[in-house]
Amino acid sequence: MNEGVTQKNTKLVRILVFVVLGMFGFGYALVPLYDVLCEVTGLNGKVESSAIKEVSYEVDKNREITVEFMTALNEATPMVFHSEIKKLKVHPGEYYTVNFYAENKTDKVMVARAIPSISPGAAAEFFKKTECFCFSEQTFRAREGRTMPVRFVVNPELPEQYKTITLAYTFFDNTETSVK
Amino acid sequence: MSAVVAEHDDHHDHHEHGPAKGLLRWVITTNHKDIGTLYLLFALAMFFVGGTMAMIIRAELFEPGMQFVNPQFFNSMTTMHALVMVFGAVMPAFVGLANWMIPMMIGAPDMALPRMNNMSFWLLVAGVLLLASTLFMEGGAPASGWTLYPPLVLQTGKALPFAIFSVHLLGISSIMGAINIIATIFNMRAPGMTLMKMPMFVWTWLITAFLLIAIMPVFAGAVTMLLTDKFFNTSFFDAAGGGDPVLYQHIFWFFGHPEVYVMILPTFGVASTIIPVFARKPLFGYSSMVYATASIAFLSFIVWAHHMFTVGMPIAGELYFMYATMLIAIPTGVKVFNWTATMWKGSMTFETPMLFSIAFVVLFTMGGFTGLMMSVAPVDFQYHDTYFIVAHFHYTLVPASVFILMAAGYFWLPKWTGHMYDERIGRLHFWLSVVSVNILFFPQHFLGLAGMPRRIPDYAVQFADWNMISSIGGFIFGASQLLFLYIVIDTIKGGTGEKVTDEVWEDAAKHSLEWTLPSPPPYHSFTTPPTVIPTEHI
Repeated sequence: MNEGVTQKNTKLVRILVFVVLGMFGFGYALVPLYDVLCEVTGLNGKVESSAIKEVSYEVDKNREITVEFMTALNEATPMVFHSEIKKLKVHPGEYYTVNFYAENKTDKVMVARAIPSISPGAAAEFFKKTECFCFSEQTFRAREGRTMPVRFVVNPELPEQYKTITLAYTFFDNTETSVK
Repeated sequence: MSAVVAEHDDHHDHHEHGPAKGLLRWVITTNHKDIGTLYLLFALAMFFVGGTMAMIIRAELFEPGMQFVNPQFFNSMTTMHALVMVFGAVMPAFVGLANWMIPMMIGAPDMALPRMNNMSFWLLVAGVLLLASTLFMEGGAPASGWTLYPPLVLQTGKALPFAIFSVHLLGISSIMGAINIIATIFNMRAPGMTLMKMPMFVWTWLITAFLLIAIMPVFAGAVTMLLTDKFFNTSFFDAAGGGDPVLYQHIFWFFGHPEVYVMILPTFGVASTIIPVFARKPLFGYSSMVYATASIAFLSFIVWAHHMFTVGMPIAGELYFMYATMLIAIPTGVKVFNWTATMWKGSMTFETPMLFSIAFVVLFTMGGFTGLMMSVAPVDFQYHDTYFIVAHFHYTLVPASVFILMAAGYFWLPKWTGHMYDERIGRLHFWLSVVSVNILFFPQHFLGLAGMPRRIPDYAVQFADWNMISSIGGFIFGASQLLFLYIVIDTIKGGTGEKVTDEVWEDAAKHSLEWTLPSPPPYHSFTTPPTVIPTEHI
């Protein structure tokens, strides 16, 4: 192989290796891009992770929306977790408070995190919470049981076709990672 | 179009730069033909390993109820079958063909980076051995499906980090192979071999190589995120820490969709090489073939979420991915029509490579049509994760990629070895394969439409009949492939004893440069570049 070709090869390989490294980085860049996309569009049922300020809406007494509450535990998280009511008929624009009950079934301190999800996903941006136990990690003493309120409002701008919204929480046991 | 034979066609054993003696030759070789042979034989071995796993799957599914294996092992089998076939058999087989054929087709003396070539082969072996070792680990091999979706894949036992490192090794091997192919095609072409005179096989591999360097690093990143999620408390895909498992699916399929084209584009290239030779006509629409290949490659990057229509995407997303996916049918249709037009009024003969190629055109089109059905988002909710998708991708991989690899074997074995294979056994192999592959996969369409989910070791009795028929087809297909093994060994040892010419096939030298070399070609070919470039294939 003559000198010129070797030189051309070296140059091309350098460029291609650079492309490979760039694409490896791009894989990681997809993570924040994905979050940004979800945030901007409110897709995927992702909901705000912090409380919003209570603003008053005009209450639409003529419209009724059913809000369902679902609770779940991840894998074998040793807890009891349920909502006091299974569903509630609400008027858009009016604030409601629903209590959830969670109990640590172990004899040790437990740090747990509830992850919310709203479906249908497109309704997520119209479901506003001013208070929720899901905004931060919850620490439970041994065998402690606790009633925790969620205060929410459905924005009256919610499109007409939505009659039912499901709010689901899953508790994850984060004790191991949080203690460190 | 006259043949210009390389100047030294003396027997390679007497040549001063001939191969090293003994087994070590194969370890240290940097010769593109040796490395091509290594890749092809390794791929053939893995084809039988992955095939054995498929036989275990079909045996378990022969009847409802649990027969031979436990569910965990069954799921390991579906996962390992896919990983072995994709990364151990089909991809290395095409890299092997690239190694053998690209330098000879473009009139180059060897690959551009011979030492890296050797390294990428041995890394592949290391990666596959590492993957195979997970079968013997506590907790068993990965059983999450080849897509390795979290959170399920994170429940893998001791095998998880080994499986991930094996993916890294396979990825590095593929990337090095791809870089080598790009450098060879860009810098090593004989004078006069312009890009638009290159044989289609070279073109499809050039585009495939670009796909590989774009996607393998993304896959490496995705599995690295799995690794850090499991062992270093990151939360890329862990909902408890604010991550999202669906994110993995987006990253995976950004890799995964172009990956399936990595397996099919070289298939198109080989088909476009073989069909004109046996139709005795130039390839119809050469430049449209080049542009269609490039379009398919481009589109493959913007359709990934059609694998995830059921994750709860908003309607706008579903519509976009649906229409974008349907677009792919256009360049693919161009190709199918071009192959058909190439055969139109050609003086066709039906030697084994041509038989496999014609079966490819017909059966791949069927696989393509079921793909088109699934691109329709609302109906995909019915097909998703059922045997319908299993039937679809097996039609595009087995009677397409694998058949074309067989065709390539029959087509070039006489060139590689200088011996002719036994045409009668070749045809027997073809007819057994083409009938049994349809008995094997066609009923799976019915099973899927009736609602049988994929990746399950047991099923409702309503699915019993078609599963049994599918399994019978599977056993015949599996057994038939032993004929291919026999033919390969027999041909290497001398075949029919018939002396093959340089061209092997009538007027093949009009189509591509490798047929201007002796059969078998000397250990070092085109040390001086050829002066006449065949253009019949254009």
